Amino acid sequence: MSLSILVFLTAGLTFAAYMSGVFRVRAVSGGNLSTLHSRPTYYGAYVALIVGLAALCVMILWLVGENILIRGIIVDGLPEAVRNGPPAEMELALGQIANAAKAGDAFGAEPYVSQLAATYNAVSASSRLYMTIAMFVAAAGGFAVAYSQVKPETRARNRVETVIKAVLFLCSCVAVLTTLGIVLSMLFESVHFFSMVNPADFFFGLTWDPRFSAAGSGGEAGQFGLIPVLWGTIFITLLSMLVAVPIGLMSAIYLAEYAGPRFRATAKPLLEILAGIPTVVYGFFALVTVGPFLRDFGGTIGLDIDARSALTAGIVMGIMIIPFVSSLSDDVINAVPQSLRDGSAALGATKSETIRKVVLPAALPGIVGSIILAVSRAVGETMIVVMAAGVAANLTANPFEAVTTVTVKIVSQLTGDHEFTSPQTLVAFALGMTLFVITLGLNIYALHIVRKYREQYD
Amino acid sequence: MDKRQAETAEKQMVEGAAEAKFVTRGVHVFYGEKEAIKGVDLTIYNNEVTALIGPSGCGKSTYLRCLNRMNDTVESARVTGSILLDGTDIYDKKVDVVQLRARVGMVFQKPNPFPKSIYENVAYGPKIHGLASKKADVDAIVETSLKKAGLWNEVSDRLDTQGTALSGGQQQRLCIARAIAVSPEVILMDEPCSALDPIATARVEELIDELRENYAIVIVTHSMQQAARVSQKTAFFHLGDIVEHGQTEQIFTNPREERTRDYITGRFG
Repeated sequence: MSLSILVFLTAGLTFAAYMSGVFRVRAVSGGNLSTLHSRPTYYGAYVALIVGLAALCVMILWLVGENILIRGIIVDGLPEAVRNGPPAEMELALGQIANAAKAGDAFGAEPYVSQLAATYNAVSASSRLYMTIAMFVAAAGGFAVAYSQVKPETRARNRVETVIKAVLFLCSCVAVLTTLGIVLSMLFESVHFFSMVNPADFFFGLTWDPRFSAAGSGGEAGQFGLIPVLWGTIFITLLSMLVAVPIGLMSAIYLAEYAGPRFRATAKPLLEILAGIPTVVYGFFALVTVGPFLRDFGGTIGLDIDARSALTAGIVMGIMIIPFVSSLSDDVINAVPQSLRDGSAALGATKSETIRKVVLPAALPGIVGSIILAVSRAVGETMIVVMAAGVAANLTANPFEAVTTVTVKIVSQLTGDHEFTSPQTLVAFALGMTLFVITLGLNIYALHIVRKYREQYD
Repeated sequence: MDKRQAETAEKQMVEGAAEAKFVTRGVHVFYGEKEAIKGVDLTIYNNEVTALIGPSGCGKSTYLRCLNRMNDTVESARVTGSILLDGTDIYDKKVDVVQLRARVGMVFQKPNPFPKSIYENVAYGPKIHGLASKKADVDAIVETSLKKAGLWNEVSDRLDTQGTALSGGQQQRLCIARAIAVSPEVILMDEPCSALDPIATARVEELIDELRENYAIVIVTHSMQQAARVSQKTAFFHLGDIVEHGQTEQIFTNPREERTRDYITGRFG
């Protein structure tokens, strides 16, 4: 029985449990609903929650356990040589078996593969059957317990509240645990990387040359200097901020202080559409339009601008980020109380004096917060850089040359044709970890500033 | 307003017991289609406190905000009639609203100090108008303004703390100091004590009485007692019109109009 059918069946059972709970409590109360502690729907919901959760818990636990169990059986069935060989080869064999089991054909691999694939299919089929049985047993048990508790004095409403609270808590745990898992996996792989490459060479190295060709040949290990790629990230982020901050801030000031309601109602959503354009489209725009334009323009004024340059990426990324700055700044500027503007105007200040000397200083922490959020967005951007600035890790301060960023290098290291245990691949995790620490720091700082801002007036 | 009243008002002006500062005739204010003020004639004198009383929505704040053209910031608002400040129509095209507001200061209902230091709050106006160039001159203006507002003794040792950190009554006196700092001729106050406790209110009322010596003051208030305590002239607004105006004493002891009597004795409004 396939999983989706099982889920549908569980949903049906849950609904049936709900109805039976409602009918049961109506029958027990003898039509006099005022004797009940809670309204009948709560008794129904209580029974339904117990039944549904029991079935779902069994299913999730079973699915997790099933993989471990099947893997154990298959590993036991592997030939001695493979089982005791290098771990990578064993994983390869296990992958082959799983594929063969799905395709129903071993495609001429070793005979033990097709044999074990058959075992695999048999075990998983019977496991599915047992799981179905276990789910129904759990649902029935849950139903029996909950149904027997459908009595007027049962506090069904409070119990439903407790269960809902628990479910919400678990959902929030998923987000936290996922973050934790990602950080830990990056951390472990980074530690693994640093066991092969000296951290000092990584953090202070001035050359980025991972030597794809040399990898595995026992020759040079390559150089993994962080500085050129990190500099690329910082450089392009700076350039993009030079575009995004003035334009975004000034358009925010115009929208919040000067624009009429009609212009504002049209312009603000349009500006926010910029944020909805996929970054790959921006990259395309940079590659096809902005890059060649800058190169030709540079040619006419005697500047040597590469078609792929930090400048192109900075400008296009800046355009992409404008709505982040303008939309958030617009909100903070609007949050400045009108009474402050009135107070300034009543003293004879002009509108721009009021904005410069009262509104902007009051909104400054919020504006800084929006800029920092925009920076962390720019730091993480990949697609535009690949298409607009290239992949060459140059350590240069010339915006007309090609540079590359940390994120681009993560992509190219992971999409390379390399073993997962080589430093060429593992360096991606160290880069990711570095980037994560940087953006995390920026976000914490931004949050800190925004919080401080909230305490400003009142 | 009947003819007789208008004549007494004119006579007072001519007799020159006090010098007229604002002379407003036939002032109408429209918010879009709605007529908020329907032809108000009122004269405001120097060295006097003029109280505007009346039920909510009667147009007294709207009238007040005509006197320094704060209604300009409301897009749908339209003002007609003549409002003369020292004989010049302030709605004339040649009048610079920035300079007008420097001459006619305003204190708002809710204290609205800028989120800056006490010093910067008071120095704000003089700095934008270039009233003082040297630091010492600005210091002097800040000190005299805070002294006039009766706040100097409480804050002289902490001028660099945030204005928003003061108590409500102190904040309102800071706003008054801020208004005084640009040396206005008239101070408009829109329910300046409605957000303050009784002690702070008494302090501000004392201050208003002291300020009368140097400025013409117009105050909007919902408190009949306050109007009786601080003002020399009172105007009673109702439904966008002035029902009655005159000496405060006369309005409160012997009103000519039935509606005025009903309002001040608390029978409506």
